[in-house]
Amino acid sequence: MDKKHILLDHGSGGRLTHNLINDLFFKYFDNDIIRKQTDSALLQLDSGNVAFTTDSYVIQPIFFPGGDIGKLAVSGTVNDIAVTGADPQYLSCGFIIEEGLPFADLEKVIKSMSEEAGRCNVQIVAGDTKVVERGACDKLFINTSGIGVVNKRYKDISCGKNIRTGDKIIVNGFIADHGIAILGARNELDFKAEIISDTTGLNLLIKDLLDDMLKIRFMRDPTRGGVATVLCELTRKREFGILLDEESLPVRESVKGVCELLGFDPLYVANEGKVIFVVAREDAGKALRRLQENALGMESRVIGEIVHTNPGSVVLQTSVGGKRLVEMLTGAQLPRIC
Amino acid sequence: MEYIDEFRDKKLVLQIAESINSIVEDKLTFMEVCGGHTMAIYRFGLPSLLTNKIKLLSGPGCPVCVTGKGYIDKLIALSKLNNVIIATFGDLVRVPGSTTTLADKRSSNSDIRVVYSSLKALEIARSNPERKVIFAGIGFETTAPTSAATILEADAEGINNFYLLSSHKVMPPAMSAIIDDGVEINGYLCPGHVSAITGSRIYEPIVSKYKLGCVISGFEPLDMLQSIYMLIKQNKKNEPRVEIQYKRAVRPEGNLKAKQIINEVFEYRDDNWRGFGTLKLSGLTLRKKYKRFDAEKAFNIKVEKTVENPGCICGQILRGVKNPKDCRLFANICKPETPVGACMVSNEGACAAHYKYNLVNLTLKGSDIPAQGNALGQDARKI
Repeated sequence: MDKKHILLDHGSGGRLTHNLINDLFFKYFDNDIIRKQTDSALLQLDSGNVAFTTDSYVIQPIFFPGGDIGKLAVSGTVNDIAVTGADPQYLSCGFIIEEGLPFADLEKVIKSMSEEAGRCNVQIVAGDTKVVERGACDKLFINTSGIGVVNKRYKDISCGKNIRTGDKIIVNGFIADHGIAILGARNELDFKAEIISDTTGLNLLIKDLLDDMLKIRFMRDPTRGGVATVLCELTRKREFGILLDEESLPVRESVKGVCELLGFDPLYVANEGKVIFVVAREDAGKALRRLQENALGMESRVIGEIVHTNPGSVVLQTSVGGKRLVEMLTGAQLPRIC
Repeated sequence: MEYIDEFRDKKLVLQIAESINSIVEDKLTFMEVCGGHTMAIYRFGLPSLLTNKIKLLSGPGCPVCVTGKGYIDKLIALSKLNNVIIATFGDLVRVPGSTTTLADKRSSNSDIRVVYSSLKALEIARSNPERKVIFAGIGFETTAPTSAATILEADAEGINNFYLLSSHKVMPPAMSAIIDDGVEINGYLCPGHVSAITGSRIYEPIVSKYKLGCVISGFEPLDMLQSIYMLIKQNKKNEPRVEIQYKRAVRPEGNLKAKQIINEVFEYRDDNWRGFGTLKLSGLTLRKKYKRFDAEKAFNIKVEKTVENPGCICGQILRGVKNPKDCRLFANICKPETPVGACMVSNEGACAAHYKYNLVNLTLKGSDIPAQGNALGQDARKI
């Protein structure tokens, strides 16, 4: 029997499934809760409000510079919880595996999930595996769901209800790395540039700021649609506008070069390790310094501010001093980047 | 970025903008013919730096936009054939034909592949010898040489499953048609990349016949502003002529090798332009010697009747007669995600550019911006 590849029988519920769970999943996702092998994970939460989210990951290719589908599936869901001002604690994961996937690839992905979960200080407590026939999915799809406990002080943070004119907009580092790294990894465009995806869990970085009791008024991770989309959504139907400064946007030279060549605007390219903060003017300096002390925020910058002009709109002062409107992403986006 | 940043120097940009604003007296309208120029103008926010006396009009320089609906209908008909692969540039996939789009056909099992060059299409033909690969050849003198080179390569290798559906066009007939149509402009910002191939002499007839200045411009903010400055100077002196601003890429004689292979493979024909109708000798079709690669001859297809949306004024926008804002469908029914006309599909289309960088109802004049420092008046790394 082929021991190097995943077979349909691995998802049949029989012995091979049993082996897969014991030899692989328990090996890497080892904790008291999952070990009990109950039909549902039984969890203890510190009361209060709970944040609950789910996301499916279908990225192609499953391995890319700076990460893989497993790392992304953990950090992506962790980040979705963290930006709502909650502390992520538990994740579930569902695997849909295409028959024929090398066993070694699956192990690599699972190992990477376990490492990322460790780094983010969350536990993977429930899982499911299905194997589908060749062609019914592309190698490996993962769904993760997660829950976290909401920090009451920041319960309004996801809607930005308390945003005021003069607040500063901060990003924790270089933007557009993920989208361009994936594009490069696909080898469709014949460009060679060493661009590494920024995929990473941000909950501990965010916790640093929240623990300092700073006036953080909004947070969101600019994934698909990029920074522009987050800011456009934020201003929509609101009484304030945003002035962004193109010169202050941190974009790597290599990423800029690829974007220039292919006609992409880095503002719309996906990130997987970035968060946009809106911080009260008086706390912005402290927040920026705090972020810059952290390895995941060393390149943090103030990229814009909340203004009273052009309410409902995001205006970019371009690198040459002109001004233009930044709109929601429309038209073609790169498919399957997360 | 080396060789690019130099042309985006903020201090110089603001200086040239200031010079333009101080020398211009009468209202002047210039048309940028190239879609790349349209995008650069909006992307860098150049109108916000210039006085209202300068008006920039977008012309017929977006290849996807000027491609007639009938061509899309033909591609759609071809895509329904068994054993056929359509290889096309990405933008074309979303352009509405009379009843459907290539994107719709793709989702209902037609094999339609996005390529970034005609040579990639030829590669698909090589690796699928049992299937017929049709490349949708659109574009001006910039893409025509690569299509021509691909045909020569296919011919040399004896490849017999590769075809070209040509909608290649040449620029000057449309530039004349605009003026014949009564559009009032004071000069042309001529396309940099097209001119790198053709050279600058193709614009001489525009100058002699219509007494209009033609400045061949690069695509960076400093290029564009310098070209506008040159056109203003020509107008002030009343000395219209062809000038090359984009000297680092364009020579008066053009790219002789590229011109030679275009001439080897293609001949002129009357061609249909969206919004213009048929323009004399404005398109390129394969010469007799290479007719076996011509998709129009090789396949027997029934093409549906071309139906235009009566509300869509893409044609008038392409001719510079109307603005996207004049269109009832603009930003209403016609949006980048649900385009009615081709001008909304292509990144380089006037409607897409206006939609994306919409300046309606905004106060975006940049005259109060300091040459030093940024919009926030601080170093982004610290407060």
